[in-house]
Amino acid sequence: MQVELRILRYDPERDRRPHEESYRVEAGPMDRVLDLLHRVKYEQDGTLTFRRSCGHGICGSDAMLINGRNRLACKIRVDQLGGKRITVAPLPGLPVMKDLVVDMEAFFAKFRSVQPFLVNDGPVPVRERRQSAHDRERFDDTTKCILCAACTSSCPSFWAQPAYVGPAAIVNAHRFIFDTRDDAAEERLEILADKDGVWRCRTIFNCTDACPRGIHITQAILEVSRAIVERHA
Amino acid sequence: MIRDHDALVVGAGGAGLWAALELAKAGVDSAVLTKLYPTRSHTGAAQGGVCAALGNQEEDHWEWHMFDTIKGGDYLVDQDAAEVLAREAIETVIELEHMGLPFNRTEDGRIDQRRFGGHTRNFGEGPVKRACYAADRTGHMILQTLYQQCLKHGVKFYDEYHVVDLVTEGGELGDGGRAAGVVAYRIADGDLLVLRSKAVLLATGGFGRMFRVTSNAWSLTGDGVALAYRHGVPMQDMEFYQFHPTGIVGIGILLSEAARGEGGTLLNDAGERFMKDYAPNLMELAPRDMVSRAIYQEIRAGRGIGGKDYVYLDVRHLGRKVIEEKLPDITEFARVYQGVEPLTEPVPIQPTAHYAMGGIPTDLLTRVTRDTAHTVVPGLYAAGEAASVSVHGANRLGTNSLVDLLVFGRRAGRQMAADVRGVGMPAVDSAVIEPVRAELEAIRGRKGGERAAAIRRDLADVMMDDVGVYRDETCLRRAQKAVGELRERYRTVTVHDTGTTFNTDLLEARELGYLLDCAETTVASALARTESRGAHSREDYPERDDTQFLAHTLATRRDGVISLAYKPVTITRFQPKPRTY
Repeated sequence: MQVELRILRYDPERDRRPHEESYRVEAGPMDRVLDLLHRVKYEQDGTLTFRRSCGHGICGSDAMLINGRNRLACKIRVDQLGGKRITVAPLPGLPVMKDLVVDMEAFFAKFRSVQPFLVNDGPVPVRERRQSAHDRERFDDTTKCILCAACTSSCPSFWAQPAYVGPAAIVNAHRFIFDTRDDAAEERLEILADKDGVWRCRTIFNCTDACPRGIHITQAILEVSRAIVERHA
Repeated sequence: MIRDHDALVVGAGGAGLWAALELAKAGVDSAVLTKLYPTRSHTGAAQGGVCAALGNQEEDHWEWHMFDTIKGGDYLVDQDAAEVLAREAIETVIELEHMGLPFNRTEDGRIDQRRFGGHTRNFGEGPVKRACYAADRTGHMILQTLYQQCLKHGVKFYDEYHVVDLVTEGGELGDGGRAAGVVAYRIADGDLLVLRSKAVLLATGGFGRMFRVTSNAWSLTGDGVALAYRHGVPMQDMEFYQFHPTGIVGIGILLSEAARGEGGTLLNDAGERFMKDYAPNLMELAPRDMVSRAIYQEIRAGRGIGGKDYVYLDVRHLGRKVIEEKLPDITEFARVYQGVEPLTEPVPIQPTAHYAMGGIPTDLLTRVTRDTAHTVVPGLYAAGEAASVSVHGANRLGTNSLVDLLVFGRRAGRQMAADVRGVGMPAVDSAVIEPVRAELEAIRGRKGGERAAAIRRDLADVMMDDVGVYRDETCLRRAQKAVGELRERYRTVTVHDTGTTFNTDLLEARELGYLLDCAETTVASALARTESRGAHSREDYPERDDTQFLAHTLATRRDGVISLAYKPVTITRFQPKPRTY
């Protein structure tokens, strides 16, 4: 069938402001939006610009706003989008570099700000550190994050206050705060207790809806918030 | 503009990141360049596990792992390298755990292990639990963990910088010249930058995008392998390209071997476990080349599902708990990309182009070598899929790609840190940019030629149809002619996008050139190897020929002509034997 793809385009070398362009492409129900974008780029208009790499939802390159929701283009099928018209735009709330490509630097800076790495300066054992399956399960969900920014850029609190550290950074802090092998939970909770930390969350659940990995993000944020409160209790 | 770093790492997958980590720990001024963001690298797509003879579940020894690797590679493996791989697998996996990698755990809290294809106890007696894993996203966790540690240790990254040339000093790399840095293209604005360096590591991954059906990311276009080749370094063992048995039909996305490691079966149209006819001992856990051939044979005999070109992977009997806890991601892939529910339906699969055993030849210290005498290219290193050390020989065993990038990524970083001490910064100036600048300008300014997408599609078709699981002289000759014609068409490649901002149209044209280089040596090497070994299966020469071909192919191009040379395999402990499972 024919699908109409309406894409928000912007080339800083040619355009004063973003504008929508429409393309008609052949598509089957099992095609992903990424397939359609490739069809446009390779068969109609090579200037259409977007990021992508793995093509199956693991690398996090091609998050964009599809029919009004943040999705990975490689993971959302035509039949899931219901109609014959599909709108595509860059992730909201992040500066657009060109077409569907946004500037990720500020996003990654926030990720880096929460010490997203294991801290354990104790003596290194010869073999692995022991961890029970139960303790491993405690942070399993937040290890799935692929840093695609779908969550943070869907968050109204982030749109209103760009200094907010955002859901993705909190998810990655959660991954270490609840890891029994880590010693830096205190420092991370201190960072996230800041005015631009977890308290900016209004439990709107946009992030959880947007996550292509199915992470229970709002719950992770609440668990971190609770840990901050309990720390002072 | 020129910038200096004592060491440069090109590529931010597992091998590059571990090398960078070692360099940072050693206090060497170094940097990583990646055309993506580090967390987008394809190491993240690896699923099932990373083998190391920890013996956490049952008796195991690194010697068994070494033997399996050699036999799995059909005796084209360099046995000293396989020994390094199997020994250091153990300490690198433990070190990853110390870095925070969230492995699945045993009852008593140790790293859990499971079965994987070709990995056996006691030199082939039966399957052994050797693969350490984090659900079916082991690669994702390795990539994340190494990137996290790089941040912790202050590694400098050039994100979204596309390396477009190597800089040399004192002649070409094939003639005794030294690697002196790289030319990088900043994707954001098209700026070209010279990065001078005493040591350059190529950790750019594979080139699966030369095939139509592949598990590989769009970014896997053989950049590092081709750049070294253009400067006179051979490509080694290019005829050995692995087709993974269980890809999603038509689009090639991988369904991990872990599905079979956990007990999944392969079924033909009659509902039979056909592997009993091909590998009665290991069945579905035979090495990948054998399983892929078995699937093709079933399809050719009309026993594909409904007579079509695929068979079934069946995990229904494993039950919901195993499937959801140990294979969650691939279960989701089947649901999303095929609309199949693995809990209740068998999953249609067919072989998919997956991994290059060949690549840039190196020694055990990851130093690039340029001839049959193992002459080292000063300043140039390679590790991971881009390299051929060779631990995989003619066919890589499952999980050994991850073991390879851990063990040799770590070795690369340590070796570079040692080598850059006491060496001066090469004397190169910004004029080294000019050849590649001229090439890029020519593509931008050209009118009337053909766009890269059409040429790449035709390349992917010919490689898939004529240089796939089975080959013979006729189809390889046809492929040779076709690739030659595609190279001609490429000479007038054009782009729509002539701008400087995030010009992926231009970069994809450049990447196609790398794929064409890889394709031409693959075909030439396959034509000349008139035997069948591992993943290289010649229907006109079905037997392995150890008298003539117990040797690595080195393909070099000089003045437009490809020449082939053969370098003997290193054999230490295990004499070649017939390979049955």
